[in-house]
Amino acid sequence: MCACRCGIKVHLRDGQIRYIEGNPDHPVNRGVLCAKGSAGIMQHYSPARLTGPLKRVGERGACAFQEISWDEALATATAWLARIRADDPRKLAFFTGRDQSQALTGWWASQFGTPNYAAHGGFCSVNMAAAGMYTLGGSFWEFGEPDWDRTRYFMLFGCAEDHDSNPIKIGLGRLKQRGVKIVSVNPVRTGYSAIADEWLGITPGTDGLLVLSLVHELLRAGAVDVDYLARYTNAGWLVAQNQGRPDYGLFLRDEEGRPLCWDRREHRLRPAEDAGARPSLKGEVQIARGRRALPVFHLMAERYLDARYSPDAVAPQTGIAAATIRRIAAELAQAAFRREIALEIPWTDAWGKRHERMLGRPVSMHAMRGISAHSNGFHTCRALHLLQALLGSIDVPGGWRFKPPYPKPVPPGLKPAGRPGEVAPNRPLPGPPLGFPAGPEDLLVEADGSPCRIDKAFSWEAPLAAHGMMHTVIGNAFHGDPYPIDTLFMYMANMAWNSAMDVGGTIEMLTAKDADGEYRIPRIIYADAYFSETVAYADLILPDTTYLERWDCISLLDRPISKAEGPADAIRQPVLAPDRDVRPFQDVLLDLGARLGLPGMLDQEGNPAFPKGYTDYLVHHERKPGIGSLAGWRGDGGEHGRGAPNPEQLQRYVENGCFWQGELSPDQRFFKHANRDYLDYAARMGFIDRAAPVTFQLYSEVLQKFRLAAQGIAGPPPPQAHRERIETYFDPLPFWYAPLDRGDEHLYPMHAVTQRPMAMYHSWGSQNAWLRQLHSSNRLYLGRERAAEMGLRDGDWVWVVSRHGRIKVQVRLMAGVNPDTCWTWNAIGKRAGAWHLAPQAPEATKGFLLNHLIDWLLPERGAGYRYANADPVTGQAAWYDLRVRVEKAQPEAAVSLPQLPVLATPCELPEAPAVLRYGRQFRPESRRP
Amino acid sequence: MTSLPKEPPARRLGLVIDLDTCVGCQACVIACKEWNTGGFPAPLTDQEPYGARPRGAFLNRVHGYEAGDGESGQTVHFPKSCLHCDEAACVTVCPTGASYKRAEDGIVLVDESLCIGCGLCAWACPYGARELDADQGVMKKCTLCIDRIYNENLPEADRRPACVACCPTGARHFGDLANPDSAVSKLVAERDGFGPLPELGYQPTNRYLPPRPRRREPADHVAATLEPAAPQGGFLAWLDRVLGD
Repeated sequence: MCACRCGIKVHLRDGQIRYIEGNPDHPVNRGVLCAKGSAGIMQHYSPARLTGPLKRVGERGACAFQEISWDEALATATAWLARIRADDPRKLAFFTGRDQSQALTGWWASQFGTPNYAAHGGFCSVNMAAAGMYTLGGSFWEFGEPDWDRTRYFMLFGCAEDHDSNPIKIGLGRLKQRGVKIVSVNPVRTGYSAIADEWLGITPGTDGLLVLSLVHELLRAGAVDVDYLARYTNAGWLVAQNQGRPDYGLFLRDEEGRPLCWDRREHRLRPAEDAGARPSLKGEVQIARGRRALPVFHLMAERYLDARYSPDAVAPQTGIAAATIRRIAAELAQAAFRREIALEIPWTDAWGKRHERMLGRPVSMHAMRGISAHSNGFHTCRALHLLQALLGSIDVPGGWRFKPPYPKPVPPGLKPAGRPGEVAPNRPLPGPPLGFPAGPEDLLVEADGSPCRIDKAFSWEAPLAAHGMMHTVIGNAFHGDPYPIDTLFMYMANMAWNSAMDVGGTIEMLTAKDADGEYRIPRIIYADAYFSETVAYADLILPDTTYLERWDCISLLDRPISKAEGPADAIRQPVLAPDRDVRPFQDVLLDLGARLGLPGMLDQEGNPAFPKGYTDYLVHHERKPGIGSLAGWRGDGGEHGRGAPNPEQLQRYVENGCFWQGELSPDQRFFKHANRDYLDYAARMGFIDRAAPVTFQLYSEVLQKFRLAAQGIAGPPPPQAHRERIETYFDPLPFWYAPLDRGDEHLYPMHAVTQRPMAMYHSWGSQNAWLRQLHSSNRLYLGRERAAEMGLRDGDWVWVVSRHGRIKVQVRLMAGVNPDTCWTWNAIGKRAGAWHLAPQAPEATKGFLLNHLIDWLLPERGAGYRYANADPVTGQAAWYDLRVRVEKAQPEAAVSLPQLPVLATPCELPEAPAVLRYGRQFRPESRRP
Repeated sequence: MTSLPKEPPARRLGLVIDLDTCVGCQACVIACKEWNTGGFPAPLTDQEPYGARPRGAFLNRVHGYEAGDGESGQTVHFPKSCLHCDEAACVTVCPTGASYKRAEDGIVLVDESLCIGCGLCAWACPYGARELDADQGVMKKCTLCIDRIYNENLPEADRRPACVACCPTGARHFGDLANPDSAVSKLVAERDGFGPLPELGYQPTNRYLPPRPRRREPADHVAATLEPAAPQGGFLAWLDRVLGD
């Protein structure tokens, strides 16, 4: 249902849902449930549900469809896709939204042979994921969590109500019970920030400055864990310093490629990761033939001790007082170094040394969208990981902990497939479309440096775009840049509304035609369970079931639900049969794959390999021998992690409450990056290829390799136009720069951001009769002081103007917001007519989207090229870089603008009731009035 | 009009809600709606559920408020449902006997077969905790999930109100406030729990735990600024000392 993936129990009476509750045994939610979880009844019985496959009969956008059979729908899709596959598989762009089956969809794309695949991570949180994977081998949220039960100081960055949902709330509740101080860094004081002991109302996009100022203070005071840094990070690795040499800025390595350090006891160079190495953290090392090297930590100290990161210097930009920054640094140091905790659990490190206890620095952190959705988010998130490492608080008692199967090598060895020569007619890709480039040679670019992918992910424009760049697909396809496509196939992604930057422009591109009358994007296939805005723009609709009608899987291969104490995965089993002509998307995808004859989807006789659909796939598909979608109860039922497919596996999951959880032994639960017993376990389970320590990459050689390429010193060089940009942003150490789309700060003095309300976490729930009563329209929230300066009162209507567009909305004044920031709830505004709501629904008449104000491209710079409005390293959509001005609107009709034409219903939908009496059927006869 | 029990109830079942921990996520609002629309007061109807003015009966609502400006400003989320008062004006004002307070556990309920939907009880309740179901024409209110807490078909652990069971932050507690040894009574004692508007004299059973004072500093003393590691030799000289082996 959403990315939180709680365990639920659905209770039926007479075939109808009586109630849904949290599963008390489930590792994610431990029995609790959010508003959306309980409102699942209304999600299921929504009148906005599609009823059967549809074929467009009018113009795109007119929402005129004809109901067709599944046979016809699948035959149509197969004909379209087979032609593409035989001609040029790249002409299929397959992008999914908030679904949880990316292990399947990614595999399907690679079997089809198109590199043009991604899910929605590129416009969600790839900055967090990529920064984490290129620094620690894990990341916030899905790959790690605070040690809620032991931490003594907790900092939350840019996380108001979002990822992840219930685990954060459970964790905050535990911190409150123990009286742990909570500091929330966020421009807006709602949700989690409301209960924080200290709210720092930071100016959007400046978190990196704040973090590096904390780093400055800690370094200045020597309040850093030098032993931890020397042992578990590359702080002691030597970096070659001879400018102009091809190894400038790279690690000094021996003949076997092992990074070297200067051993401060033995006064010699030796492999930094050797057992017993005592790396020096400072001072230049002179090597033969005039070569010089400095340890990473020396470079860090030089950079971050600079006065530009002092609290006094960053205070004006961040909006946080210098004295507050100094005090927070002192509190962090005090919690980490004077309140350290020790668990009396002996453990053995990766080098075989036994430690009698586990020493913890009990400071933990969590960060999400407010960091991620800026064009400087990758470096900001790396700065956060640097801060954690300086405090020695990663995977220690009381710190922030990895969730198995993480940590992985930094970066993981998986490379994106789809390079020139890897895409060919009727051939699968040699690997998955998404991965982690380790240098310029891993980019997906043509010989001339132009992008191989339609979204330009893994090109010089966004080299580490590990989740793809869904937000650029429609625009690039429209422009035929880098090439035209034939079919856009999307699942659960509302790209004609709240998931698009520049909604109006996106709709124009979806409906634009060439001179010959053909649509610029010739074919659009869309799968969704509901009548969302995007339905209107598709040519073929493949209606999905609700989440209660299908099997689902949360796989370790994908985005697992593990806890720090052990890996976990889960399934969902259907509790209701569809009452209409809809099919689970995963079944449909496998059916299409078999019809197309994709490798792996047919058996040796040419029959569908998974005739029963997704359940067959879940049980029998193996990614590597012995490793499949689900880790629990493999082989004869007693094997976990690796093992032959077990036909009884799903039954075993059902018997266990639909999840599997492995349990680490106490001596494996911390220091996983360098814990011999954990690493051995992880290798046995197939989480990592071999049991080797994971050294945190505070200094990123990968980034430096891109920089060397841009400088023309080593490696394949980027096209001239991209060189300066790559050289600037591929700094091997974290740094802060102003968000790219700054515009004219006098014309657009305010920042504008959004939050998703907790009741609609990771979704847009306006088709839900109960949830929409909580949020049926949104307002623009503004600080009282700025409002007074502008002569605005609560309830006034204003124009919000960006360099790209303007919207008319109603304001609400508040105190708890950064003075230069306005904000609103995201995805409450709906297009009139969509979601089977009355056209006069407040979602349409008063609700609004900020998306209209956000350009999907940055302004033209230099040679006429326009980059995506995204992080230059990862391609993460920079939603929160938006700058606006707010102007009082003349009193006129109290309706938000723009108003797009009312959407007609795409097919005959059941009439939405005027009165909802759900539950009346459950009242005993004797008590019926 | 309608009498309250002559003796104070032996048990005073109620909720204790921690305003220090509530993040305003609305989970309890919807869990309450979900359970109760199919439970004792079923249904809790919704008017224009997909229309221009969606509105329905909810027995529990959460409102957010801001208090104060600047450093001392706070945002507080305030869940609101029937407080099951000992001196329940909603009962005494009821002309038909539909509203009543149970002697055995203090729960205030509505007997819908007697309710004429006159709305007097809603008018009398100072907390705004009653909702007239516009479709059914009768008054609906929090029952403390009476069909859960005494429901022997449910596992023991689930015999608590839906709003308490679902609460992700653990901000809601349920128990007997007449028993000074109960967990909820202890919480109230420890945290200075209060019943709102005591001056009105309705003696609400439910208690709210006030937001704790915000801690600008941890419990033990922390210097306002970290001292430089090596004022003379600079940071790298300090490093020499700590790594001096």
